[in-house]
Amino acid sequence: MSNIKFVIEKSPRIPRLIEHLYANMPEIEADRAELVTESYMQTEGLPIIKRRSAAFRHILENIPIVIRPEELIVGSNSIAPRGCQTFPEYSFEWLEPEFDTIATREADPFYISPSTVERLKKVHPYWKGKTVSDLAASSMDPLVYDVFMNHGMFTVGNYFYNGIGHINVNYAKVINCGLEAIIDEAKEAISKLYIGKGDYIKRKQFLEAVIESCEGVITYAHRYSELALKEASECSDSTRKEELLKIAENCDRVPGKPARNFYEACQAFWFIQQLLQCESSGHSISPGRFDQYMYPLFKKDLDEGKITYEKAQEYIDCIWVKLNDLNKVRDAASAEGFAGYGLFQNLIVGGQNEEGIDVTNDLSYMCLEATMHVRLPQPSLSIRVWNCSPHDLLIKAASVTREGLGVPAFYNDEVIIPAIMARGLTLEDARDYCIIGCVEPQKGAKTDGWHDAAFFNMCRPLELVFSNGYDKGELIGLQTGEVENMTSFEEFYDAYKKQEFHMIEMLVNADNAVDYAHSVRCPLPFESCLCDDCIEKGMSIQEGGAHYNFTGPQGFGIANMTDALLAVKTLVFEERKVTMAELKQALKDNFGKGIIPKKALELTTEVVKELDSQGVEVNENIIKSVYNNISTAQSIPEEKKKRYQEILDMIDALPKYGNDIPEVDSFAREVGNTYTKPFEKFTNPRGGIYQAGLYPVSANVPLGYQTGATPDGRLAYTPIADGVGPASGRDTKGPTATANSVARLDHGVASNGTLFNQKFHPSALSGMDSLEKFVAYLRGYFDQKGMHVQYNVVSKETLLDAQKHPEKYKNLVVRVAGYSALFTTLSRSLQDDIINRTEQAGL
Amino acid sequence: MTSNIYEQPGRIFDIQRYSIHDGPGIRTIVFLKGCFLRCRWCCNPESQEYKIQEMTMAGKTKTVGSDVTVGEVISEVRKDEIYYRRSGGGMTLSGGECLSQPDFSEALLRAAHEYGFNTAIETTAFAKREIIERIIPHVDHVLMDVKHMNSAKHKEFTSQSNELILENAKYIAENASHLIIRVPTVPTFNDTPEEISAIARFADSLPNVTELHLLPYHRLGQDKYAGIGRDYTLAHLTPPTNEHMQMLLDAAEKVSSKLKVQIGG
Repeated sequence: MSNIKFVIEKSPRIPRLIEHLYANMPEIEADRAELVTESYMQTEGLPIIKRRSAAFRHILENIPIVIRPEELIVGSNSIAPRGCQTFPEYSFEWLEPEFDTIATREADPFYISPSTVERLKKVHPYWKGKTVSDLAASSMDPLVYDVFMNHGMFTVGNYFYNGIGHINVNYAKVINCGLEAIIDEAKEAISKLYIGKGDYIKRKQFLEAVIESCEGVITYAHRYSELALKEASECSDSTRKEELLKIAENCDRVPGKPARNFYEACQAFWFIQQLLQCESSGHSISPGRFDQYMYPLFKKDLDEGKITYEKAQEYIDCIWVKLNDLNKVRDAASAEGFAGYGLFQNLIVGGQNEEGIDVTNDLSYMCLEATMHVRLPQPSLSIRVWNCSPHDLLIKAASVTREGLGVPAFYNDEVIIPAIMARGLTLEDARDYCIIGCVEPQKGAKTDGWHDAAFFNMCRPLELVFSNGYDKGELIGLQTGEVENMTSFEEFYDAYKKQEFHMIEMLVNADNAVDYAHSVRCPLPFESCLCDDCIEKGMSIQEGGAHYNFTGPQGFGIANMTDALLAVKTLVFEERKVTMAELKQALKDNFGKGIIPKKALELTTEVVKELDSQGVEVNENIIKSVYNNISTAQSIPEEKKKRYQEILDMIDALPKYGNDIPEVDSFAREVGNTYTKPFEKFTNPRGGIYQAGLYPVSANVPLGYQTGATPDGRLAYTPIADGVGPASGRDTKGPTATANSVARLDHGVASNGTLFNQKFHPSALSGMDSLEKFVAYLRGYFDQKGMHVQYNVVSKETLLDAQKHPEKYKNLVVRVAGYSALFTTLSRSLQDDIINRTEQAGL
Repeated sequence: MTSNIYEQPGRIFDIQRYSIHDGPGIRTIVFLKGCFLRCRWCCNPESQEYKIQEMTMAGKTKTVGSDVTVGEVISEVRKDEIYYRRSGGGMTLSGGECLSQPDFSEALLRAAHEYGFNTAIETTAFAKREIIERIIPHVDHVLMDVKHMNSAKHKEFTSQSNELILENAKYIAENASHLIIRVPTVPTFNDTPEEISAIARFADSLPNVTELHLLPYHRLGQDKYAGIGRDYTLAHLTPPTNEHMQMLLDAAEKVSSKLKVQIGG
């Protein structure tokens, strides 16, 4: 049995850095918004690419900078720890009505000072009609815009309101060659342009913008060098003074010139990581294969005796802390879909190189150790797994999983490499993939993946089948016929597929409109120069400069739709126990269950407004009775409710996805393909193709909140199943059965990524023996061509909730007494025992 | 026994997958119905009767026990084949008492071996010698209880005396490929250092036995007694503390020459 490798002592500096970072609520700052506006006012009439580089440089030369106490790696986009800037060039209107509520909203609140509000209000009017968002809206077909804005069939909100991000850039080039080399490369490219060519002008403008952007970044680093020198001269603590002098030296050197040692490489990496998130508001700027491009200088320092493992670990830990210093404010609705201040900076370790050789190294382990040390949400740590992954790397990873942070996420090389090759990548590029954002694979520094292009709620087309294409009284779908008149399951299923395809076409139009708007209004010269083949093509990423171009919209609800369609097939068409009319009414009446409180409140408000507008005098009693009726379904007769309960019981008794039943699972695969396959024929404005994913981030909750009851027995406005996993609580045969079911989906077709969450109790992973078995379990899932999996090792709070709502936790594994069992199958007293035990273990 | 082992019928009451704390690797446990003993602390009281019965838990009544063939059980066990290969796991027969359905158990174990799965049984070893002789060749790991060295006390708490069990222990130790002795450590029954030492001395005397597992008493199953209309007679007991278990472990190690003693299994 192996031991856990690379257990390295944590520097006492790290907890202090974290404490400082989390002392206050994150804050919105106005400096960037002011600076970008100032610059835009001065550059009207210039080509957009030059306006972008001028604005970026203006920001970098003037934005306030700060070195936080005890930092070794410096560079912050805001003065406030975990603060954020705003990006009015993308959108701003959503922020204004939220000025008063943003500090108290449920998802991701931010403090905003009165003076910041004033400063933002001053610059916002300039942007009216000029934003990416404005152009995207006017570029969509009117019906598509209506469906996106008002009907919640899908959302492209992320890139509609914000930058795109979702990229990995050439960190290695900056570390090894420096930005000055990129400036030289751009100058060289300009010198080779032929004046007689039609694209001469655009190429030259782009390359000049690259030079200006890189110069701006070097200037910014030098400002930090000067600040560090100044602080050193005022510092009385001799140790800190030394540190500050070293920081000054680093920032003078990188990222302009090549890094000479590991510490400089860390600082160079950080400036790039940080400033990509200053140029644009796009998230999921993913460091990718950090253990690979950082390794040469680490190894060199180690061999020359210039660094210890402890010191290198401290630098890595410092970077991990800094990744949590960056932040982004989103509109209230988007914040729910990306809840948790997530920036999704995905960093992956292990896996094979371009030649197919495993290249796990010391840093792979130390990155896992860093996550153990900082215990923070960023980076989104991932690990590549294949047949030649070292066993002890997986044991180390499992020991991190056991900590309950939900990381690392595990990725299967054996599925991802062929999947992305099928999308046109070379074998070498495919082998060198990294992960972007949540779960999206790409070849780093060469791809504009436009991952996360949209959320598509697979439950909504089924609603359109029941309504014959109507939503909120408007015809937005196809008229597939009155559902009561359908005579076979094939007809019904066909109607679903038609409605779904129709919505997919609309989604494509919406995405392409947003894509186009970014290319016109926000091309990004700095990001572009760090991605192949932009310099060579003389074209920004947003215009199609990257080597590989994709658009990746993700669908979710596969479990609900599998169970729902099978319920209709079995109960309505085969066994004829329920008529279609009856089912339609049951869905409308939410199976007689009443509406969840939050939604009931909203609906009450609507009814009251309607009454008010009709001149009805509304008093408190009327409001109360409206609310009660909605929340408890009082107006539905008891007899009907009884019948609805019978229907629910019949649905409940049917076999469900997630229980290792081959017939059900193969239908799930087919349902998944109804979403993923159609995308293969669509193209984007950057000359690339669409590739679908199957994952929801956290949007399965807010978008579930917009979805009525479904025939799988899911009640109205409750969450939709997350990722490719079974609907919550419906898998009852243990973790191997669930994994076998999930592995039966076609993960390869969903080449934009699939997401499988599993829950374990920490006790199921305690001790080396359990870790070994856990790794075997993971390998077994991957042997069957699962693509991704991550584990929630659950806490006491969850266990308490599992007691209150056992139906949601039927698959929660706990260690009992010498064996493991499903938590909800245990007696109440034993559950209490285990909960108390957990508390003791937490001491 | 039927000529085709896959057609051999038997009676089970549960199959549990992803068992990771009983035997090597990831295992699937098949719980057989029926047992010769009536241990008062038994955590599966619904397993003791051979007859199919009803149990009411949290207001819901379910049938405990179903008649199946070896083929049906094996097709369920095979679902986790890939995990056994990765982990060196396999199938474990538990119960109930697998020796109370010898034809079924033998056929199941042989079928598992035909598929190359590791096999284990959890047993009281309370059975005729010829039954044990039939079963043991098909078992890779025997997890056998020795509950008490005093026959009268054994009988008081389990309904059977211990002579047959101790005799069989010697046979199994000599003939099984691997034997682990387990002691459910139950307050008021066997949780004094003297009682545990006596068991340890016995286990130590068995040829080839090097592992002794002390399993602390727990209340699992308490609610099930009411569910099948029986009294739980040990409701007054509290599980032993970690310190107490450690003390018993020390006592066991003190008297043994070759045993590795551990708490939990």
